[in-house]
Amino acid sequence: MRGGWFKVYALVYLVFLYAPIILLPMFAFNDATVIAFPLSGFSTKWFAALVDDPPLHDAVRNSLIIAVTTAILSTTLAVFAARASTRYRFPGKAGLMGLIMLPLVLPEIIVAVSLLSILLMARIELSILTVILGHVLICTPFCIAILSSAFQSLDRSLEEAAYDLGETPFSTFRLIILPLVMPGIISSLLISFTISLDEFIIAFFLAGTEATLPVYIFSQFRFPQAVPVIMALGTILVCLSILLLSIAEFFRRRGLARSGAKDTGGFL
Amino acid sequence: MTSGGMPRRMGRSEAASGLAMISPTASYAILLLAAPLALIFIYSFLTDGYLEIIRTFTFANYIEAWTNELYRVVMLRSLMVALAVTAATVLLAFPVAYFVSFYVDPSRKSLWLFLITIPFWTSYLIRVFLWKVILGYNGVVNSGLLGLGIISEPLQWINYNVGAVVVTLAHAYAPFAILPIFVALEKIDRSLLEAGQDLGESRFMTFLRVTLPLAMPGVVAAVLIVFIPTIGDFVTPQLVGGPEGRMVANLIQLQYLKLDNYPLGSAIAVSAMMIVTVASLFFLYLNRRYLRGPGS
Repeated sequence: MRGGWFKVYALVYLVFLYAPIILLPMFAFNDATVIAFPLSGFSTKWFAALVDDPPLHDAVRNSLIIAVTTAILSTTLAVFAARASTRYRFPGKAGLMGLIMLPLVLPEIIVAVSLLSILLMARIELSILTVILGHVLICTPFCIAILSSAFQSLDRSLEEAAYDLGETPFSTFRLIILPLVMPGIISSLLISFTISLDEFIIAFFLAGTEATLPVYIFSQFRFPQAVPVIMALGTILVCLSILLLSIAEFFRRRGLARSGAKDTGGFL
Repeated sequence: MTSGGMPRRMGRSEAASGLAMISPTASYAILLLAAPLALIFIYSFLTDGYLEIIRTFTFANYIEAWTNELYRVVMLRSLMVALAVTAATVLLAFPVAYFVSFYVDPSRKSLWLFLITIPFWTSYLIRVFLWKVILGYNGVVNSGLLGLGIISEPLQWINYNVGAVVVTLAHAYAPFAILPIFVALEKIDRSLLEAGQDLGESRFMTFLRVTLPLAMPGVVAAVLIVFIPTIGDFVTPQLVGGPEGRMVANLIQLQYLKLDNYPLGSAIAVSAMMIVTVASLFFLYLNRRYLRGPGS
């Protein structure tokens, strides 16, 4: 066997990584209110309870609005930054890119409290909109990371050929560059959507009275009787994010294949 | 990158085009990141009134944050937990990254990486809560061990303490540690390893003197990428930490949302950022020392 003990270790490690996620559906379909072994029987009643829960539906709606808007805005901002950083040299580039990428290495609580402070000082009321502002800030660096590799692998001679054939910079971007980086854009949209949908602490500080899905889930943790319903909800969310990530990965690989780059793997 | 090839018909220099291109994103970051950070820095030197912030300059918030026993204990605990989590995560992750880079067939590497990253992207809140369920008084571990007759009453030391926080965070940030190490290992020229062995080194010594130093930038990246978010984590200490496991993020949240003391909250936040920065610079310094050592 190739790798020997390393392979055994890696497989054990994967089991450790997936252990909590595997428990999720077990308790979601379990008949008991108490989360403990042994399981008592199969039931779908916790999923049924999700259907009749207006606060949950509001939270889902808020989260979807925030996630879709965040995905579009942060991908757009990331296209500008990724294009600028891979194509041009300009003064202050390292500093500006450092600032834009800073949220990657800044504890989220700091982003949350600093945004809260400035919003309150500017007397801007907390709402879905303020959550979007925060989410765009933390999603943009991830989108840039994805898009930079897409822009990096562009062959500049294609662009020059387009100019020589009389295209304007804008039409070159639309006809040549955009189609080539499209898979990167789709994968960036999906990743930022997933991050925003899952983000808790910024939403917790900036949502005001309009709870997002994670804020709603967090508030439910206080009630033991609500736990099985949250397990059912979690099962659905996990399936959804695996689906979204698989699609994102598919487009990322297709993008690499299209531009002929070597796959270095992973989103980061 | 070469600077030639820029179409002159645009009539602008490369620098101007670049700045114009980055300006939307940069303005956003300046307005909603740099300005807010500057604001809490200023707040941290102001005085708290009951419903307003009084504009008198003071160091009182920092003195309070660094001398009050309560705050000092929490900050020190955050640092210790983050260090423990980082050590555990990086040590456990290294062999996995090594396996994927050196033993997995190239065509299947991205599948492995995908499998490793998936848990990271799936509902963080629910994953943390599941650890509470796993480690709780009536939890999976306790009910399982009771059912098997291994213990006669539930173990209480496994939940609501610092240990539970470390386990949960180490699990949550595991994928973050694997990726940078993997990337560094992938860059290593495999012929160097053959050369090491041809020159009579054992496999282990080759690993120690060739592979490990070359992988060090990835290890440092992994250390930073795990250390920084863990020290500021809010959810895990809140859900599984209990009163003994509170960390600095919980303290900041308390000051901001419960006590409405923005200046003190800001001073704690700025102090936390300082701790993060100093620790990060220390890791980077260690890395440079290590790389300058024997064998390079």
